[in-house]
Amino acid sequence: MKAYKIIVLAKQVPDTRNVGKDAMKADGTINRAALPAIFNPEDLNALEQALRIKDSFPGSTVTILTMGPGRAAEIIREGMFRGADDGILLTDRAFAGSDTLATSYAISRVLKKMKDVDMIVAGRQAIDGDTAQVGPQVAEKLGLPQVTYVEEVQKIEKGKVFMKRRLESGVETVSCPMPMLMTVNGSAADCRARNAKLLMKYKHAKTVTELQNSNEDYLHLYSDRPYLNIPEWTVNDIEVDQAELGLTGSPTKVKTVENVVLQAKEAKVISSADSDIDDLMRELIESHTIG
Amino acid sequence: MNSIFVYCEIEDGQVAEVSQELMTKGRSLANELKCQLEAIVIGHNLDGIEKHIFPYGVDTVYVADDKRLYPYSTLPHTSIVVKLFEEQKPQIALMGASSIGRDLGPRVSSALHSGLTADCTSLVIGDHFDKKQDKNYENLLYQIRPAFGGNIIATIINPDCRPQMATVREGVMKREILDPKYKGKLVKLDVAKYVSDADFVVEIIERHMEKSKVNMKAAPIVVAGGYGMGSKENFQLLYDLAEVLGGEVGASRAAVDAGYAEHERQIGQTGVTVRPKLYIACGISGQIQHRAGMEESAQIIAINTDPEAPINSVADYVINGDVGVVLPKMIKYYKQNTK
Repeated sequence: MKAYKIIVLAKQVPDTRNVGKDAMKADGTINRAALPAIFNPEDLNALEQALRIKDSFPGSTVTILTMGPGRAAEIIREGMFRGADDGILLTDRAFAGSDTLATSYAISRVLKKMKDVDMIVAGRQAIDGDTAQVGPQVAEKLGLPQVTYVEEVQKIEKGKVFMKRRLESGVETVSCPMPMLMTVNGSAADCRARNAKLLMKYKHAKTVTELQNSNEDYLHLYSDRPYLNIPEWTVNDIEVDQAELGLTGSPTKVKTVENVVLQAKEAKVISSADSDIDDLMRELIESHTIG
Repeated sequence: MNSIFVYCEIEDGQVAEVSQELMTKGRSLANELKCQLEAIVIGHNLDGIEKHIFPYGVDTVYVADDKRLYPYSTLPHTSIVVKLFEEQKPQIALMGASSIGRDLGPRVSSALHSGLTADCTSLVIGDHFDKKQDKNYENLLYQIRPAFGGNIIATIINPDCRPQMATVREGVMKREILDPKYKGKLVKLDVAKYVSDADFVVEIIERHMEKSKVNMKAAPIVVAGGYGMGSKENFQLLYDLAEVLGGEVGASRAAVDAGYAEHERQIGQTGVTVRPKLYIACGISGQIQHRAGMEESAQIIAINTDPEAPINSVADYVINGDVGVVLPKMIKYYKQNTK
């Protein structure tokens, strides 16, 4: 049986769904420290689809590829706890300020260097930007066909992946030859939980930078157990045109950022007492708003 | 002056609503920039489709008609749009933030190396002065959208790359026919020159499209629930109220994410935009993405236990109380006092 080489594109994102009152600093900028950093939810759906292919085709490998600051290695470990074989952290100051196009360019250069990739699986979109652009842009840069909004990989046959897509107004079943890129919807199966054995195996996995900054007592472990080393790639590890990276490589620029200021209008405040509710309902009926 | 292009989506042989809205917006931007408005339609059996497009004030309609081009698939549509844009060099290109536009837009932007901003809530023409280069840019498209969980509103520009691309959700822009007799030009594209066989590697095996059963946009009353409803079971109260009032049930993204309601009920920037006569927000805190989808409602009632909830700032009535207590009282009063 054929085995497949699968790359999962994942992103560590601030948990914008749980923004508390301390999310904004007094000067109006975002207090990133107050927001927990999480594995982008739909990237977990993507990981699950990849792991299911690995389950069905023994010998297949699942590699997490993420671009971000050093701490993004956390999601590579998280992926390994759930069944991914390994991961690559793409990190460099040169990537700072990248829009989706510059991000896609950098990621596509890493994928180009990795040989014989069969499938690239990404979440549909990340919750910090909601753009859903990086997946298709990576596919275009690599000249690969793309299938977006995937809910389920149904089968792989004769070099083709068969998938169910969940669209706004229905479902579609499509086949696509490999190599290919798919983006997975939040409506797809949830990702499996951490596996206790994998957690024990990989909990000390670290990038070089993390290792340098830690007081690890058992440094010999990292040469005895190569799987504990999470590769960290910088611009020097990929062939790139520097002008295409970061702010300079980004066609879109942020002109202004406005903090949201609520303009309160005069609202009539009432209680949940019977009389208050009755008065309100009477008013609405009399004004023909309801009824 | 280079033109503005709208990618026209086709649904059951009709021009999609979101595309009609974008042509309306495109027309007003084109007037401001004194340029032409153009549209591209790709599909099959499109004879006469231009009659439904010119009235929005479209000066040129490009039609690519071939049986392999319907239903939509990524690669052939991308090839046609990219080649046409290379020939026509539009300054602005607009697409619906639909499952088609969000699949096509990024692919086209990558091929043309142009910037794309997703889910814009407002599009405005304006200037930009770049201090670093000491350079002034005139008449750029300001692409305005909430970002970062709705805590900020970002204005995005593409100073140097063309076209400036943006997607917009259905219902965000107004739809208005300019002139039913507007005279435009029809250009039929020679499809073979725009696509290659390699564009057809993805095969559509089966399709089940159904019109959404939920029609919040047409509902005069929307009863919407948020994460504060606490559970899927508690959402039943909203259905009860919506039923007696003759309305539809909506939900915030947090409620949809928590599984309290189906995705098609989501209201807000990444969901549907509604402008009902009455909007009742139950247990919704009201982040800006949510408010972007409902704040133009004629009247808004917010029911919430948090007196500081942002939703209260756009509300006409604020009921400080528990939805579990308030909603049954509203239902009871209504039933007793109407026929």
